[in-house]
Amino acid sequence: MIWSKEETMSREDMTALQTARLRETVNRVYEKVPYYRAKMDEIGLKPEHIKELSDLSKLPFLTKQDMRDTYPFGLFAVPKEELVRIHASSGTTGKPTVVGYTRNDLNMWTECVSRIAAAGGATSKDVAQICFGYGMFTGALGLHFGLENIGAAMVPSSTGNTEKQLMYMKDFGTTLLVATPSYALRIAEVAQQIGMDVKKEINLRIGLLGSEMLTDAMRNEMNKAWGEDVLVTSNYGMSELMGPGVSGECEYLDGMHINEDYFIPEIIDPKTGEVLPAGEKGELVITCIKKEALPLIRYRTKDITRLIYEPCKCGRTNVRMENLSGRSDDMLKIRGVNVFPTQIEEVLLAMDEIAPHYELVLTRKNHTDSMEIKVELLPDKMTDSYQELEALRNKIVHKLRIVLGLSAKVTLVSPNTLQRFEGKAKRITDLRKDGE
Amino acid sequence: MFIKQLSVFIENREGRLEEVLEALKREQVNIVSLSLADTSEYGVLRMIVSNPEGGKEALKAGGFSAMLTDVLAVKLSHRVGYLQELLGAICRAGINIEYMYALSTGTDDASIVLKASDLAKAEAVLRQDGVEIFTNTDLAKMS
Repeated sequence: MIWSKEETMSREDMTALQTARLRETVNRVYEKVPYYRAKMDEIGLKPEHIKELSDLSKLPFLTKQDMRDTYPFGLFAVPKEELVRIHASSGTTGKPTVVGYTRNDLNMWTECVSRIAAAGGATSKDVAQICFGYGMFTGALGLHFGLENIGAAMVPSSTGNTEKQLMYMKDFGTTLLVATPSYALRIAEVAQQIGMDVKKEINLRIGLLGSEMLTDAMRNEMNKAWGEDVLVTSNYGMSELMGPGVSGECEYLDGMHINEDYFIPEIIDPKTGEVLPAGEKGELVITCIKKEALPLIRYRTKDITRLIYEPCKCGRTNVRMENLSGRSDDMLKIRGVNVFPTQIEEVLLAMDEIAPHYELVLTRKNHTDSMEIKVELLPDKMTDSYQELEALRNKIVHKLRIVLGLSAKVTLVSPNTLQRFEGKAKRITDLRKDGE
Repeated sequence: MFIKQLSVFIENREGRLEEVLEALKREQVNIVSLSLADTSEYGVLRMIVSNPEGGKEALKAGGFSAMLTDVLAVKLSHRVGYLQELLGAICRAGINIEYMYALSTGTDDASIVLKASDLAKAEAVLRQDGVEIFTNTDLAKMS
């Protein structure tokens, strides 16, 4: 269902609303955030230069590095006393990025998540189990409050102990699962190992998957594992912008609806920073136009997507973003060819003979890259013929070569030997060093 | 009458073979004969065992990719040229032998396990020649 009237505004009204909110935000940021004011002053830009929506492209970008440089609160536009919540990214490299919320920010966040959850089919009758880690990570609490606001019964089971997750799902009658795509598949796999038929014993109706890209192939795997009737949608967000709730798919599964009254999207060429024409693929840049504590302007998400301005069959008129096709920093350059891990994933997941898990290892010898991909056989689809095993391996090599234009070494491994993930999957190991 | 061979995929990694044997031991599955080729990255361990179904379940539960394949277990007499004669008959019938290995029966005779492109036809050819073919019951007695 459509949660709010802002989701069906006319383009004209939306532009007017966005323009007013953008001007207000730029004024406030210029006044309250010395770091960003300096960036504007450097190029001689004043808040009064921002009159139209198209003036957005005059504003300087912000990146994750800016957040690190101003750690912890340097980009905040309100005094600390006005904060009611602080979250942070995991910070695997260097200092974490810190985000803060005022009371209004939290209300807005809840509103945004309620919208995308409702678009994904959630109702007050659902029992919603959240298999995201509760803590500094924004994913769990964001979805939690948005779904609770809709009236769903929340099961904050967090991550880990997959057998117990299954017990809750069965005993509490979970109808809606929040998880990363890889963990949702992992849960189904564990169910199979302990002899539980999830299609019969668990009454799942909705999968709200996020925090990781959902490819079509992954969605098919989800439906294969959990049932064809389960509505599996993908949603998008990042803690710097708010957390989950920036955008999400509706039942037509044709791109994620962006909450445009709060976030203005742009697509740029990641190399030049130039704004690309509507419909082209590039890096997503988001400007927060209603946030109080951390109103990031032109934040470079590093996510690669395309914007779809045509209205959706569901009746929403807001712009949609295609499911991500990669992150600009996930992009691998292998023997000079640009490769997104999702391309590899699509090839592997489309094959019935192998499990939806893989590991990619990149090495370099004598200045030549080599790519090894380990794929898992299925426990009950075995062949005892070397000829057939070699034929399977050659088929994978061949399909990868067609899609990537590169040849890879494919290694077959036993079922359940590759690592499984509860949060974001890390399937790529790049061992290449410069100068080798 | 075909017998069930238990096959399992093993990647070439230290200790992997032992894990297979460990899983079978835990379920009290006895190995009568086995064959494993020298390959570089992975191998298929083929076995004749006391309880093929139980062995397959034990391996699957242990995270292995395992399956049962129909094969022929043929009793040979210890005589020069006998195997050649048998294979000659199979060959003339236009049947291709995919693999073959020795079967230990615990008696003085020699025996083999063989997998052919057309197993039923191979069996008929051998029976015509009066060759003795083992059944699953015979194998259960051996182990």
